Amino acid sequence: METILVLTHVDETGAALSKASLEAVTAGKELATRLAATLVIGIVGADVTTAANALASTGARLLAVSGERFAQPRYASDAAACEALCRVAQATIVLAPGSARFTRVAAGVAHRLGGLIDTHITAIGGAEGVEATRWFYRQRVEAVLSRDARPWLLLLDAGTHAAFAGETGAAQVEQVAVELPEPRTTVSGIRAPMQDAQTIRPDAKMLFVTGAGWTKKQPDGQIHVGEAADLILGFLRLTGASLGSSKSLVDQGGDGQPVLPFLTHLNQVGQTGATPRHAKGLSTCCHGEEPHVVGWRFIGDRRAISLDPNCGWTRGKADVVYVADAFTVIAKVNELLEAKKA
Amino acid sequence: MANVLHIVVCAGIVPDPLQTLEPVTGPNGPGLKNEMVLPAVLDPWAASSLYEAANLAGKNPGSKVWLVSLGPKAKLQQVMMTVAQKVAFELVPIDGPIGGFPDAHSTAAVLADAIAALPGLDRNRLLLFGGWESATRGAGVTLQIVGERLGITDQFQGVDQIDLNEDGSFEVLERIEGGRHQVSACAGTPAVLGWATGNLAEPRNNPQVGMANMRTIMPALQKAKPTTLAANGLRYVSVSLPKQQRTTRVVKDMTPDQIAAELAEWIGAE
Repeated sequence: METILVLTHVDETGAALSKASLEAVTAGKELATRLAATLVIGIVGADVTTAANALASTGARLLAVSGERFAQPRYASDAAACEALCRVAQATIVLAPGSARFTRVAAGVAHRLGGLIDTHITAIGGAEGVEATRWFYRQRVEAVLSRDARPWLLLLDAGTHAAFAGETGAAQVEQVAVELPEPRTTVSGIRAPMQDAQTIRPDAKMLFVTGAGWTKKQPDGQIHVGEAADLILGFLRLTGASLGSSKSLVDQGGDGQPVLPFLTHLNQVGQTGATPRHAKGLSTCCHGEEPHVVGWRFIGDRRAISLDPNCGWTRGKADVVYVADAFTVIAKVNELLEAKKA
Repeated sequence: MANVLHIVVCAGIVPDPLQTLEPVTGPNGPGLKNEMVLPAVLDPWAASSLYEAANLAGKNPGSKVWLVSLGPKAKLQQVMMTVAQKVAFELVPIDGPIGGFPDAHSTAAVLADAIAALPGLDRNRLLLFGGWESATRGAGVTLQIVGERLGITDQFQGVDQIDLNEDGSFEVLERIEGGRHQVSACAGTPAVLGWATGNLAEPRNNPQVGMANMRTIMPALQKAKPTTLAANGLRYVSVSLPKQQRTTRVVKDMTPDQIAAELAEWIGAE
């Protein structure tokens, strides 16, 4: 019989479980029910009391590695914590959120356990055994795979399961002791754009994709980068959308061409960028394969504004393509949203 | 005083991103149709790490960069014709299979063995570089396992920047959720850094660097040891292209006002 361990960690408040962790809990409950397996949940954090209480209604055995040394996301301490939880749980299948914190350590943990790992799992199925779905070649090829070897660690992509929400109660937690050597790495903080300059919003309903057309010559023969920046930032402010960019637009900075000052490689979607999950997506001035084929893989409702009615990359990829000038349309959309807000 | 670094970059080769990919299943499992004739490039994120490695080595005299690459000899030679012109490195080729479907754990074992056997490598000065994910398998696990196999427990993933201090310690910026960076300070080498994009532009081709590199690359390729990768029980149930094709409504006859109104309503809808 399988023993399923769900590895979780607290969020940046240090108290509650991260959303991705709660999604992994849902996946673990579903899999344990289907396989009639034992469910164990492991928690990593400085103080796990609140997080554990939120899991009281799962009925799972709760394990924790806690203490100040486990407050910071760091390879040496997190890998040791996860390894200890896996050993105590004697897990055959380990599910964990594909968060930055666990993505950093999960493969190392699998190696220490003599196990195997697969990451970016988007679905877990299988009639009798366990079959995991993931993408290859940057979201271009989809595969379903299985392994007989145990322990098998599966790192789940965020947004693929509903977050667990149950009754809070007084949870019984078994503390797992972990001996750590003096750390060589310390986390000194988080570097983030100013609050009003933050353009990447993973929880936003919409992704707004900008293409290189925003910085090209317009019908008057001039480049209007300043106007483009104002329109895009205005749209983001009014909609709360997350900003994605084509590679070509981000790369223009390195080529000495006009750039939108708020764009960085972190905004890039596609082959060498992110593949975010949002309910809606609006692409503008973009005529590339990467945003439409790769970057938009997990976008639900997709629309595009393009001057090219024959753009091959939007055809079959977007639900609606408006053949129009994005400068004009976005300006008018912003006016309408501003009026609605007022 | 500058620090002497031994930087080993792990970088595979991948199909040019502009190629159309079609999966096929052969006797050895899944692969890509015409995989051996598809134009190939150095894996993009790993290429970023190579440029960062060369930049770091350039700032620290006495440092050295090795490029460890697993792939079919002929494809490696083809890709090296371009890559060799970018920055100086010593190629450590391993003649093996191409593609994203072989098992990552086996790949890591082969890479770790090759690195451990590098003559002249001082593992106390080692910075193990690579991409945080490949553009083929995209698992983001190979580098970590190589690090574990080499006994390195200071690892960073999604790295965009490293700043080396005079005492050998360094600060690292790693990508985390929400478009932010986690800032960490590490006491020094050895460490594993899985790079994201970094901050450097792709270096221009330099024929002189290319000629110097090729003097060692061609003999290394000739001597590359063939290797096979164990499947480790990995079984593919199915491999397919996504079938979802959307019926695109192309709107040509609406005014900007009408489009804006429709979009504003769509944005506000649940």
